[in-house]
Formats: sequence, structure tokens, C-alpha cells
Amino acid sequence: MKTYIARRLLALVPVALVVATVAFVLIHLAPGDPASVIAGPDASAADVQRIERQLGLDAPLPVQLVRWFGRLARGDLGESIFLRKPVTEAIMDRVEPTLLLTLFAIAISIVIGVPAGVLSARYHNTATDQVLMVIALLGVSIPNFLLGLLFILFFSVWLGWFPVAGYSPLEYGWLKTLRSLVLPAFALGLVQSALIARIARTSMLDVLREQFITAGRAKGLGEPAVIYKHALKNAMIPTVTIIGISFAILISGAVVVETVFNIPGLGRLIISAVLRRDYPVIQGVVLCIAGMYMLINLAVDFSYMLFDPRVKYQ
Amino acid sequence: MSVIALPQAESARRRAGPHWTVLLVRRKTTLAGAILMALMLLLGILAPLIAGDPAHMDVSGRLAAPGRAHWFGTDDVGRDVWSRVVYGARLSLLVGAAVVALSFVVGIVCGVVAGYYHRLDNVVMRVMDGLMAFPAIVLAIALMAALGPSVVNVIVAIAVVYSPRVARVVRGSVLVIRETAYVEAARALGASDVILLARHVLPNCMSPVIVQGSFTFAASVLTEAALSFLGVGVPPYVPSWGVILAEGRLYIQQAPWLVLYPGVAIMLTIFGLNLFGDGLRDLLDPKIRGLATERQRAA
Repeated sequence: MKTYIARRLLALVPVALVVATVAFVLIHLAPGDPASVIAGPDASAADVQRIERQLGLDAPLPVQLVRWFGRLARGDLGESIFLRKPVTEAIMDRVEPTLLLTLFAIAISIVIGVPAGVLSARYHNTATDQVLMVIALLGVSIPNFLLGLLFILFFSVWLGWFPVAGYSPLEYGWLKTLRSLVLPAFALGLVQSALIARIARTSMLDVLREQFITAGRAKGLGEPAVIYKHALKNAMIPTVTIIGISFAILISGAVVVETVFNIPGLGRLIISAVLRRDYPVIQGVVLCIAGMYMLINLAVDFSYMLFDPRVKYQ
Repeated sequence: MSVIALPQAESARRRAGPHWTVLLVRRKTTLAGAILMALMLLLGILAPLIAGDPAHMDVSGRLAAPGRAHWFGTDDVGRDVWSRVVYGARLSLLVGAAVVALSFVVGIVCGVVAGYYHRLDNVVMRVMDGLMAFPAIVLAIALMAALGPSVVNVIVAIAVVYSPRVARVVRGSVLVIRETAYVEAARALGASDVILLARHVLPNCMSPVIVQGSFTFAASVLTEAALSFLGVGVPPYVPSWGVILAEGRLYIQQAPWLVLYPGVAIMLTIFGLNLFGDGLRDLLDPKIRGLATERQRAA
């Protein structure tokens, strides 16, 4: 098992290198000279030169790449051109709402998705199953930002239950924070719960076909005991994996939903950076989110080991 | 005698079986998906006939409620929402089809190369892994930041995001098929690599790729809408569902139809694609039913 963990960590190195290189290349993909693109059409020659020096764009490309890797190794993401502060600082300022929103959304998606999937498998091929699965398919068909807009329309504009948009930071009390995140978290979480429900159903159906289930029924166990004690435990293994993957998907979903609700998180940060051509911030946020995504996927792989002792790792 | 005749009779019956299109639409949900997709396609193709100019502004009639003159109402500068939604369908389908085509070409070439030539496998797949380490929408946003807003760039950015996923599916199939007896037989007969790949390997790994294609189509329609909604997709003058939603968001209190109609259009399109994709998967790729495709969808 130790060698497996070591091998997985080692396998992360080339992927991380590719990720860092892609982030580096971004700034050079733009047509024309990057410094003048960043400076904008009405910038003076001095401005362009300042940016060129600040970003080290005057060095040859291989030198730039080596310097880029060196800086990343030291945890230095450079300085924002527009915000005039280190990118790491800008990211730390914005990470709270995004993380809270993601956690809230994952809680919602589990609480709704898992029972719906189990119920659907329990009553396989009945009306309950079909209705739940059509709802779930509708759920995977709604983009989260659209659901967010519809929520604003129904719950904020028409019913007036929630604020239309905005975010209340934790320092003003967690209840206010929670209230400001209810609609965006549901917009994100409901879509994801549809996916989790579909997975939970499929894995539950797979487990219900196993021999130990038949054995359980044969020895006279009641249907609830079979479903909730024997089947559920085993069906949870793939479901937990998907919940981990969902977490990663939700972080990126939060990037979009934040715009709908005007939440000052990582999503707003990267979008405003794109509109201002603030490349260091774009690179930083992209790297930060990709890093989280990779770590979570790794954690999911490792959790598989804990949940499924049958799987052998060499 | 009858014992020998039996299998023959059966295979004859199978040959006379229903055409694959009949099999595909036999399931009601798949048929519903196909109908939804056909409707959207029709809207997109007939756009110039059934809709007016999506860019025509009539400031005196701004934010008019849906009525006889404007079925879906008008927006903040008096443009007809029906026309914009119809032309939006055209754009969505164009982006979806172009992304599928482009990511198929790139993905199949990379996947075949990685799966067939052992030496290149590691290099190609590590690059693909690296691209897949970015969440889809985040990579698309970053690429759009570099490329700048245009319809072509949206297509390129989304194709870059989804090509590695096609490549992975293709590589997986090629790895299995290259070891089969018929490929070995063809090689023994002296077939060149190109002939082997084109005639024997590729046609046999297309099923999962086509299934992946239906999900890629849905994902690109969604991603284009999301990018345009965020203001980093197509330029604002192009009628896209995402652009209409982004503009409508500001007037959600006075003019909810600005959000409702394009929203319903997106939902129906993705819903139709998902229904159809599920049917396609069950027909073409019964082995990977269930978890594997759910993961494909999630990715």
C-alpha cells in the first residue's frame, strides 16, 4: 500500500508539470506581443515596457519557463497588474466564499442525491423510480447558472424570501453568511445531487444483483435489512468516489454561480481578471483551482483504499 | 438435421431484424430526445424564415411583455427575444457540432497514436492528463482570456477542453483491439500500420467514441452558454443563449421573460441530448452502461 501511495504521488509530478506549463503558455497564446496586449490599446510605450519588465517577458522563452517553475516552487505567483498586490494575497482574500459555497453545495447534493438514488433502486422500474430518474435527468440538464437565475426570480423577486444577490462574510455572523449562500448553494447542489442520485441508483442496482443479497433474502432477512444494512454499505463505495469528484466539479461550478449572485469569490476574481487582461491573476487562480482539483482527486483515490478492502494495490 | 438447421434459422432471423434506427427510437425516452433535437435543429436551420433580425433595435418598444407582436417579448433595447432565441439555437448547434468534429479529429489522432504506438503513449497521455487536471470551465475561461472573444475561439477553447476526454476513450479501445486475433491476422498478411489502423482498429473502437460524442455535444452547448453568460465567450453582439441570459439578468425584476425563454431553450436542448445520448449508449455500448458513463458525464 505504501508503494501504491508513493507511486500515485510520483505520477502527480508530470501532470503538475504539464499543468504549470499550460498556465505559463496562456500568457503567450494571445495574438501579438503579450505586454502590449496586457497594457491595452491606449497604453504608452513606457507602460508596455514596465509590464514587460515586471512580468519578465524580456527574457528568452526557455529562461522565462525556468524562472516560472522556480517561482512556483517557492509558492510565488507573481504580482497582480491591476490590484497591485501579490496574487497569492488576492486569492487568499477571495477563497472563503468559494470554499464555503462549495461545502454547502456538497452537503445539499449528498442529503438529496443519496436517498433519491437508493429509493429509486429500491423501487426499481416502478413509477417512483421513473419519476425520480426523469427529475434527475432534468437536473443534469439545467446549467447551474440558469437554476441560480430562476431561483433569484422565484425566491427573491417574487417571494422575497432571500436577498437577490451578495455575500455576507463570516465576520458578520455565520447565520447571515448561511442565508446569503442558501440560493447559490442550492443552485449548485441540486444539479450535482441529480448526478449523485443517478450514480447511487446504478451502484445500488449492481449490488442488489450480488449473491450475498440473495443469500440475505434466502435466510429470511426483511427487505429493509437487506437494503439498508447489506446493500447500502456496499453501494456507497462508488458513490463516495463520485462525491469526491463532485467536490472538485463544484469548486469550478462555484466560479460560474458566483457571477449570478455577485459573490466575491475566486470566480469573480478570475472573470474580472480576464476582462482586465490581468494575466498573473488568471494564471494564479487557474493554478490554484487545478491544484485543489488534483489534490481532491488524489484523496478520492486514496479513500477508495479505505472503503474497499477487496481492491488490492501493489 | 433439425439440430443443425436451428442456428441457421436463428441467424437468418437476426439478419432480417429491425434497422438500428428503429432500435434506437423504439424506447420512448430516446424518441423524445430525438424529437427535441430535431426541433432545435429545425429552429436553427429555419431561423431566417421564422424569425426576424435578431439585432434589430426598436427602443420605443423596449422591455415589451410577450404578446402577438413579440411572442417572447423584447429586451432592454427593444430587440425581439424570439428572434434572438432562435438564432441562439443556431449558434449553440454550430458550436456543439464544431466542437464534436474538432475534438473527434484531435482526440482520435492522439488516442490512436497513444494506444497503438507504445513509445508515444506516455508522452501523449501525460499531456492529456495535464489538460484534464483543469476543471473544464476554468480551462475554457483561461483559454478565452488568451484567445479573445469570438465564435471561432469559443469553439477552439471548448475543443481543447474536451479532446483529451475523447483521446482517453479512443486509447482505451485501441489498447484492447490491437491485441485481438483479427488485427494480428491482418498484420501477418502484411498490412501496413495505416491500413491496420484505418480498416481494422478504428472502425471497431467507434462505438464508445460516438457515445462520448453525444455527451461532448451537450457539454459544449452548456460551456458555450456559461462562457458567454460570464462575458468571456462570444462577443456581446452575437445572439447566444448565454449572452441573452447575461443581459436579461439585469432586468430580471421588470422582464422575467428575458431569462425564462432562453433558459427553457437551453434546458430542452440539453435534456434532449441527454435522453438521446442515453439511448445511443444503451444501443451501441451496452458494456459500459451505468457507472462508467456517469463518470464520463461528470468529467
